[in-house]
Amino acid sequence: MNNNSLELEETVKELGQYFKTGKTKSVTWRKNQLQAILNLVRENEDAISKALYQDLGKHPVEAYRDELGGVEKSAQNSLDSVEKWMAPTKSNIPLLFFPAKGEVLPEPLGVVLIFSSWNFPIMLALDPIIGAISAGNVVVIKPSDQAPACSSFLANTLPQYLDTNAIKVIEGGGDVCEQILLHKWDKIFFTGSPRVARIVMTSAARNLTPVTLELGGKCPAIFDHLSNPSDFKMAVKRIVGAKWGICSGQACIGIDYLLVEEKYSSEVIELLKKFIRKFYGDNMVESRVLSRIINKQHFERLCNLLKDPLVAASIVHGGSIDETNLFIEPTILLDPPLDAEIMTEEIFGPLLPVITVNKIQESIGFINSRPKPLTIYAFTKDDTFKRKIVAETSSGSVIFNDTLVQFLCDTLPFGGVGQSGFGRYHGKYSFDTFSHEKAVMHRHLCLEIEPRYPPWNKFKLEFIRLAYRLNYFGLVLHMLGLKKHN
Amino acid sequence: MVFDGEAAASLVKELRLSFNSGKTRSYEWRISQLKAFLKMVVEQEDQIVEALRSDLAKPPLETVVYEIGMLKNSCEVTLKELKQWMTPEKAKTSITTFPSSAEIVPEPLGVVLVISAWNYPFLLSLDPVVGAIAAGNAVVLKPSEIAPASSALLLKLLGEYMDNSCVRVVEGAVDETTALLQQKWDKILYTGNGKVGRIVMAAAAKHLTPVILELGGKSPTVVDSNVNLEVTARRIISGKWGCNNGQACISPDYIITTKDFAPKLVDALKIELENCFGKNPLESVDLSRIVSSNHFARLTKFLDDDKVSGKIVFGGEKDESKLRIAPTLLLDVPRDSLIMSEEIFGPLLPIITVNKLEESFDFINEGTKPLAAYLFTNDNKFKEEFVKNVSAGGLLINDTVLHLVVHTLPFGGVGESGMGAYHGKFSFDAFTHRKAILYRGFTGDGSIRYPPYTDTKQKTMKALVAGDVTGVVRALFGWS
Repeated sequence: MNNNSLELEETVKELGQYFKTGKTKSVTWRKNQLQAILNLVRENEDAISKALYQDLGKHPVEAYRDELGGVEKSAQNSLDSVEKWMAPTKSNIPLLFFPAKGEVLPEPLGVVLIFSSWNFPIMLALDPIIGAISAGNVVVIKPSDQAPACSSFLANTLPQYLDTNAIKVIEGGGDVCEQILLHKWDKIFFTGSPRVARIVMTSAARNLTPVTLELGGKCPAIFDHLSNPSDFKMAVKRIVGAKWGICSGQACIGIDYLLVEEKYSSEVIELLKKFIRKFYGDNMVESRVLSRIINKQHFERLCNLLKDPLVAASIVHGGSIDETNLFIEPTILLDPPLDAEIMTEEIFGPLLPVITVNKIQESIGFINSRPKPLTIYAFTKDDTFKRKIVAETSSGSVIFNDTLVQFLCDTLPFGGVGQSGFGRYHGKYSFDTFSHEKAVMHRHLCLEIEPRYPPWNKFKLEFIRLAYRLNYFGLVLHMLGLKKHN
Repeated sequence: MVFDGEAAASLVKELRLSFNSGKTRSYEWRISQLKAFLKMVVEQEDQIVEALRSDLAKPPLETVVYEIGMLKNSCEVTLKELKQWMTPEKAKTSITTFPSSAEIVPEPLGVVLVISAWNYPFLLSLDPVVGAIAAGNAVVLKPSEIAPASSALLLKLLGEYMDNSCVRVVEGAVDETTALLQQKWDKILYTGNGKVGRIVMAAAAKHLTPVILELGGKSPTVVDSNVNLEVTARRIISGKWGCNNGQACISPDYIITTKDFAPKLVDALKIELENCFGKNPLESVDLSRIVSSNHFARLTKFLDDDKVSGKIVFGGEKDESKLRIAPTLLLDVPRDSLIMSEEIFGPLLPIITVNKLEESFDFINEGTKPLAAYLFTNDNKFKEEFVKNVSAGGLLINDTVLHLVVHTLPFGGVGESGMGAYHGKFSFDAFTHRKAILYRGFTGDGSIRYPPYTDTKQKTMKALVAGDVTGVVRALFGWS
């Protein structure tokens, strides 16, 4: 699809007209589309893995674990649950209004726009699409142009499986995004950086379009002292997996930096080094287990973080770069300066600062003096400390003693707060995010409440006071003239 | 003293310090504030009635019902249910993350801004504030300057009754609002019109602040011929002229009925209007006046068009000195006239006729989505079709406006009529962040998560991700 603006206008108009036919509201249509997504993923596993390898050097296991598997799970769950989700929820109406009935009925918003990002180009496109379709909307998906193989894959394959009148892929870069944002949408779902999110939301404001912004932030991992050696080992393994094992650190929920008590820092760093070597070997480019950096621009961005001499001096492991292959070695830094860019901006790469504190409780103050992150990880067995972290910090989510798995929990809302975004999805939350919850109340024309109408007088006023307090007995007395009113 | 950007920044800083001290999070603080609030509304009822009489000539009963009554109700429901709302919600976890436990913890967003409107200046200021406090936030309220007596009273009363380190009022107009909007808030709830709604959202975008916009629109009222005319007419009157003389976001804006039924409906409305407001409605104390000369001019402009004024079948009297306009019915004004393209927000009620009532759906759906839509009918099939096909913030069958009073229903718009909702628990949710917490331990970790990635690991992982227990067992035993 090229970026001809007239063509775009036609596309948006056609989608709106198709939505008006009501076809996408039917549960059969929704289920067919969800099944089609399942088929697409199952029948194209190799092609998808290939595209991910081309764009990011992602290992097929990572590709399955983080993208394909997640999409399959989400589509299956939605397929099984959509009918239940579509059902209205009853609301209790006070007896005063008898006979009356109240309910909240979810309905599709209409024509929705989804922007996905480059680091999980399949998952972050298809998962929101699953939500939009279950809620009965028509969709435009604009995949990131920084992952061109995946963008192409989506543009070529989605039309083969899904209803092309209702789901359209628009490829392109910044100029296409600008064009798209000129149109009126009924909802915009955006995954990406805060900088672009501001542009999207400002555009959305012109048409009063509601938005969901899935952003990122510096996700900290608080590493408390774990006295049991096997717990300690497991924690370090999980941290290594969550830093470098997920798109080489280019993930919104990846661990950005570590907080550890000064006296344990060398122990932690030694074990980190050990597991890096164990998982990724000595020749990382050849082993093909680690993703590469997405492109030259981000590669340079990351290298620049290390250029600051005080930062470079704090490197205790790694630091080597391979410009040809866009590869950066897993790198650990010990206490880089807190005002350096590596500690003020989201890293989104394979560099792990280890920040030492005197007492681990200080982590809370450290985290609170910075923008709210998408996730806080905490490795601790101290239940009091756990409660303190939950009560005194704010983040999209908090995970204790593990990493990343919250992404697979479709019963937990996934989204940020503050600078890490607003709105949420996954499971039923996806359905809700693309729905309007319409309040519906039914009354009857019999059984009238006289005091509702002017002309007003003291009797009517007192009636209404009693009614508000749902003081039915008082109301009866009042009506019988047995209650005094002042 | 001018309230400029610097003053606004300093106010936010102060409230942030208060919030960060943690005092607003405790159940005790929230309850104490809600109780103080309730006390304020009860003790100051006379003053509130007086302020509304001054700003809008609002009949005391309307104030008691829609402003004070609803606020008290809101507070009482919140006091009763807050503990439950604050309790974390357990979430189910599956084999994919076994063993684990999960919960969703509601936490306050921080420092929030409520900008309210002039037509229900107490209700629309304080009902969101109740929600913000219940959710544990610090809050700044900016009441509308178009209702100056109410604005001044809100400043005075909140200053006297509430914890000033966490709850503040800023009076003012465009300049003061602009200064406030430049600051970083954790949430903004705005009630008003679409034009300013856009400005609020664009300002919020700079700080990635989520917003709730309670706007308006043309709330249609479809009337079928199989209804009890007297009851229908009275309920329409109650929702239109009984609500601030039509100056309410969910007042019936216009009526759609069949050509055959229209004369009967008009007659019924005429009779009931006289029953409610007497022969000289301009003198009736049971009708609010128009809020300002600007709005008076806006409303008379609708009638400037001859093609529109020629369609008046009842009313049309005005008194500019007293800012009063009588209840006015118009029959079949041109569909492209100004009165049919803008939200009326006043005592003029156009009646549009169609051949068949089914045509009303298309008519409504051609316009932007309204905040409310009403239908009067005894035909169950027609009710079903209406609910299915008409999109609005909320729908009410066989009555008007009342759904606002039911705290178990979310109150908010869609499309041009707004985004987000509140009332009852929805108010608490509106100002809350639902934080997901996942608890895991150090057992139950397979080496399958880590490289080097073998075939077995891959198969096990596939099964785990899909939540397939049998698959996991098979993979681990090398059977798949």
